Amino acid sequence: MSAQPEALPPAGGVDSEAEASPFSLRTFLRRFARGDLAEVRVILSIALIWLIFQSQESRFLTAVNLTNLVLQITAVGLISVGIVYVLLLGEIDLSVGAVSGVCAAIMAVQNVKHGWSPYVAIAVAIAAGAAIGCAQGFLFTRFGIPSFVVTLAGLLIWQGALLKVLGETGTVNISDPKITGLTGTFYSDSVGWIIAVVAIAAFVAVNVNARRKRASAGLPAPPLASLGIKLVVVAAAIIAAVAVLNSDRGVPLAALILVAFVIVLQYVATRTRFGRHVYAVGGNAEAARRAGINVNRIRIAVFMIAGTMAAIGGIMGASRLLAVNQSTGGSDLLLLAIAGPVIAGTSLFGGRGTVWSALLGAMVIGSISNGMDLLALESSVKFMVTGGVLLAAVIVDALARQQRQAAGRV
Amino acid sequence: MNTNGALLALRGVSKSFGAVQALTDVDFEVRPGEVVALVGDNGAGKSTLVKAIAGIHAVDDGEVLFEGQPVKITTPADASALGIATVYQDLALCDNLDVVENLFLGREELASGPGAIARQLDETDMEQRSHELLENLAVTITDVRAEVGAMSGGQRQQVAIARSLLGEPKVVMLDEPTAALGVRQTAMVLGLVKRLKERGLGVVMITHNLADAFEVADRVYVLRLGREAGNYPVAETSREDIVGAITGATGGQS
Repeated sequence: MSAQPEALPPAGGVDSEAEASPFSLRTFLRRFARGDLAEVRVILSIALIWLIFQSQESRFLTAVNLTNLVLQITAVGLISVGIVYVLLLGEIDLSVGAVSGVCAAIMAVQNVKHGWSPYVAIAVAIAAGAAIGCAQGFLFTRFGIPSFVVTLAGLLIWQGALLKVLGETGTVNISDPKITGLTGTFYSDSVGWIIAVVAIAAFVAVNVNARRKRASAGLPAPPLASLGIKLVVVAAAIIAAVAVLNSDRGVPLAALILVAFVIVLQYVATRTRFGRHVYAVGGNAEAARRAGINVNRIRIAVFMIAGTMAAIGGIMGASRLLAVNQSTGGSDLLLLAIAGPVIAGTSLFGGRGTVWSALLGAMVIGSISNGMDLLALESSVKFMVTGGVLLAAVIVDALARQQRQAAGRV
Repeated sequence: MNTNGALLALRGVSKSFGAVQALTDVDFEVRPGEVVALVGDNGAGKSTLVKAIAGIHAVDDGEVLFEGQPVKITTPADASALGIATVYQDLALCDNLDVVENLFLGREELASGPGAIARQLDETDMEQRSHELLENLAVTITDVRAEVGAMSGGQRQQVAIARSLLGEPKVVMLDEPTAALGVRQTAMVLGLVKRLKERGLGVVMITHNLADAFEVADRVYVLRLGREAGNYPVAETSREDIVGAITGATGGQS
């Protein structure tokens, strides 16, 4: 399911790793240092963060608080999913926060002031996000302006547009049950367990089928033991998550929406031609061009994905806050949406990362923010801690890159 | 026009960039199963000649014949449609992708069956075909799922050459395939060039290293200041003749 096959054997027989077993502790530690196992690192970090907060505040690891945590990270996680694609290209999109705000405002105004059906309002808002992303991608590719400048201009423009759309009142309260239900719907225990069973069955089927296909083609397949461990760990995680959520309000629809987008876009990134080309452009745009890939088309599509996901994140955020106001999509939302995937191992230098890092990174940042809220820390401390975590993550990314370069892997 | 069974033949080809005459009245040909080493000093026009054949620079004057038929090559797509593949010195590999992904970049295969609905890549088939291709060429890469960035220069060169063969070309042009390689790596790459020749491909190899030229080439074609300065069958020539032709100390025989 993740982009890195967990049994990635040593590279090409050129370095000393070739002799060591890919499963040895030494190889594992070296890959860990090199950043190949970013996901393991992040899960350990989340465990550590949870332990620290739990030791300070016993309400942290309760079902109520963990359910709140899931709801809190939905909006930023969805925006991060789009950011991952932009980062894979080695580009940046600074406008996603403002785009999420303006799209949420479009939805709210159309629904509340003009009485549009919630479905139409949501569809129009998502289409607006896609159109904004497309326009920014076009400007970036057509004029060769660095993406960071195009989207910085976009940030200001869409913040202005947000004020314009909201009009004089500056706040639009949302009461449509279809829209508030996006983050206010919780499924009953039995539905939660059905979801768990279906998810586990699908995960097992996909993995077993992939292994069977490789084995029948005579290709090296992951050992049954490691596949078994992977399946058991994932199944246990799904069961634990559903058990915790069920002991509070139930599995939230918002969590399913977030996970569904992560899975679909992870699939697109790693299993389709388009995703392969995104990685190729991020790794070496000239090589991609010479291989016949329409590099600009890929870039525009990726900025469209970022705009679309920003709109979806904005809609979920508005649904949770029950309102859109002048500060929607502002503040630290943009930085957190970019910081999340980077913390979870997606490289700022392009070509490396997974869509899962959006979810994992949002978990890290969400946990820190939620824990500090529970401890009633001041915003000054919260900002500095979050900034420090981001800095640490970027340093780890840069160190991993240096390690790769030292090993001859640019 | 008699091309003597040449796969690719250039007749009286000229190319200028503004006031600079890069190629003047060049006749050049390569036959099936023949390796032609293209040598010359810096600025002699080697790269211009290769780029003209590859469709990157259209020629100003002269005639290009492919399998005896006059052709116009004005874009890289023209060249690859004819069956001319080029491996440039910078290889154009994506370091963050593995061998299979690089080999099939831009021509990925889609799965049949249920995966086709979701436009899934056929990874197993591409991996199998990668193994077949590399085995056929006797390229030793133990793990085709290893990132190309982690590989040695020789292995990267071999991956780049193998990739050019996926389009089933008839002529392969290599731009300094052994530059910056160690002795063992050079031997690996030259071994691969010999196997291309055994497959009946016409190979054009730019090189600065006469030892390489003498090891694998059937003919050494010397360019000097954009003109043909010699065209020597390797069996009947000496290093001194070629050095003389490169530097202009001796005249060009054909």
